[in-house]
Amino acid sequence: MTPLHYYLIVSALLFAIGFAGALTRRNAILVLIGIELMLNAGNLNFIAFWRYGSHPEHHFTGLMFVIFSIAIAAAEAAVGLALIISIYRHYKTTNLDQVNSMQG
Amino acid sequence: MSTTVDQLFVSLKHWLVGLVPEAWQTIASILLSIAPILGVFPLLFAITTWLERKGLGRIQNRLGPNRVGPFGWFQPIADGIKMLTKEDVVPRSADHLVHFLAPVVLIVPVLLAYSVLPFGKNMVAIDLDEGVLFFFAVGAATELSVFMAGWGSRNKYSVLGAMRAIAQMISYELPLVISSLTVVMLTGSLSLVTIVDRQAPVIFGFLHQWNVFTPWGLAGCVLFFIAATAESNRTPFDLPEGESEIIAGYLIEYSGFKYALFFMGEYLGLFAISSLGITLFLGGWLAPFAFLDWIPSYLWFFLKLFALICLFIWIRGTLPRLRIDQLMNFAWKFMLPMTLINVAVAGLWYFSREWGGIPIRWFMCAFCIAVPYVLLGRAVEPRVARRIYRYSN
Amino acid sequence: MSFPFIITAALMLVSAVAAMSLRNLVHCALCLIVTFAGLAALFLQMNARFVGFAQILVYIGAVAILILFAILLTRSSEMKTGQLRVVPSSWWVGIAVALVTFGSLALAVSSSTLLKHPPSEPGIVTVKQIGFQLMENYVLPLEVIGLLLTAAMIGAALIAMREKQSP
Repeated sequence: MTPLHYYLIVSALLFAIGFAGALTRRNAILVLIGIELMLNAGNLNFIAFWRYGSHPEHHFTGLMFVIFSIAIAAAEAAVGLALIISIYRHYKTTNLDQVNSMQG
Repeated sequence: MSTTVDQLFVSLKHWLVGLVPEAWQTIASILLSIAPILGVFPLLFAITTWLERKGLGRIQNRLGPNRVGPFGWFQPIADGIKMLTKEDVVPRSADHLVHFLAPVVLIVPVLLAYSVLPFGKNMVAIDLDEGVLFFFAVGAATELSVFMAGWGSRNKYSVLGAMRAIAQMISYELPLVISSLTVVMLTGSLSLVTIVDRQAPVIFGFLHQWNVFTPWGLAGCVLFFIAATAESNRTPFDLPEGESEIIAGYLIEYSGFKYALFFMGEYLGLFAISSLGITLFLGGWLAPFAFLDWIPSYLWFFLKLFALICLFIWIRGTLPRLRIDQLMNFAWKFMLPMTLINVAVAGLWYFSREWGGIPIRWFMCAFCIAVPYVLLGRAVEPRVARRIYRYSN
Repeated sequence: MSFPFIITAALMLVSAVAAMSLRNLVHCALCLIVTFAGLAALFLQMNARFVGFAQILVYIGAVAILILFAILLTRSSEMKTGQLRVVPSSWWVGIAVALVTFGSLALAVSSSTLLKHPPSEPGIVTVKQIGFQLMENYVLPLEVIGLLLTAAMIGAALIAMREKQSP
């Protein structure tokens, strides 16, 4: 049985990778991919704590949280991508460095 | 006697697993569950290609293939040899890894989907507690292969065809899932084995309670199979691979064995989704009437599957192809409201259990489905202008 | 440390790094899909079957396809030819910040005494139990999620709709 802290280290690493990508890449879609990776790392954390807590078949909080988190991530990805498509139509680019004026 | 014939394959598997030493028994059991699936369904695919060509030929007032063997029975073998020996042409500017992996990404999830389907009494590879969810999850993963095929070919027709195919598949996924939701609601379980077992009790003395004998089940069955036709890209929904519109859509740059894999993947997907429809609505491996219970369960399952395949071939030969905007309109403006109304009527059916006999409930629920059907049909139909006839004078 | 865990975690992390660092956007999205699949495998190893299959259905079947569609619709996959592979200097700052985050998290995890307890035996969590929880303890979040998803759907369709060209 894998000890709990291995799962937590993996989830921390995944979070760091997503964080690095969201901070460094210039393409808006890649920033969104980084955000999805961070959300997934959080989900992994929740499930790991749920499983290694006491009596996982009676206390459901971690599992429920992840179910709702997956639904919220899907909604957020949809709205985020709609925004990116709308920005692309206006600025003709997805490069975030060039989307730098407040007034359209 | 009938139970031994019925459980023939199960007892055969138990005996074979017993021959293997103790430590290897789990792996042997798993392999013996998978091997029949891998053997039977590609064979069924080969038979279906022959049946389809003959059936379509007869519907179109011509003979099908009849050169290779008597009545063309060896045509699938000839097709197989042709596919295997064709040159595998890959465009030079194609993305080689993505182009190569697309057929694999199609076949693997489709074969995974067979693992939760019960083919007979006690004949399911894995009895998952959330079998329906697993099936739909794996079905959603097959859409990825369409994108990889279309984009990997670096061809404008491919990309266009792939985008249309994915738009069609995700649009019809919703009616598919929601129409199977009614069955899950009234059975109280996502496990496919439980769903078949709940259809087993006999009413009126002779009728097994298939879900299709209820109003929500009938509507759900029809909606499910329409959505299944669209999910498998079959006529009338086969615009993504229509040969006269977009050449072959996302399959343009595939030849030889990879094309054969796509072809096989599409048919295996059709069998998988028909099997799910049979399990959810048509009673799975159950007989319709109690006095026919002596026929083995797997025979009933494959009989129903065969009937559905013939139905799909018949529809393919009869109906014309829908345009992409007609297809999308149909999915979002007709199928989705009908499936939601179906869910509401299923709830009504459940809560009217104490109201009086089955006929009253049946007619009330059927009325609640038929009225929106007529109204929606009228609303979605385009306004057709009166024809103006002009004659020369 | 079991063998499936090592393989799945390694595959997931390698594809996550690839998803963030490849030049071709569609390759990034495909590596993201491998990451999601690896994560679903990890969920299944921890006996959270419903969440694992929901992860495949929602993330791979919907979110990844959304991302691929957005890449195609914004033509971000067309690369200008002749670009040299240069890591911009601004990248190092971001990577350093991420490394500091990881370092602090790893330090917190490895120095904690709470995590050294042995795990309890896994029970079977059935879908029926999850359904009961959703309908009894978590009914308010369920209804709010329904509203949220409806609002997101309408909002996304409205934002991405083409404005009518005024004649």
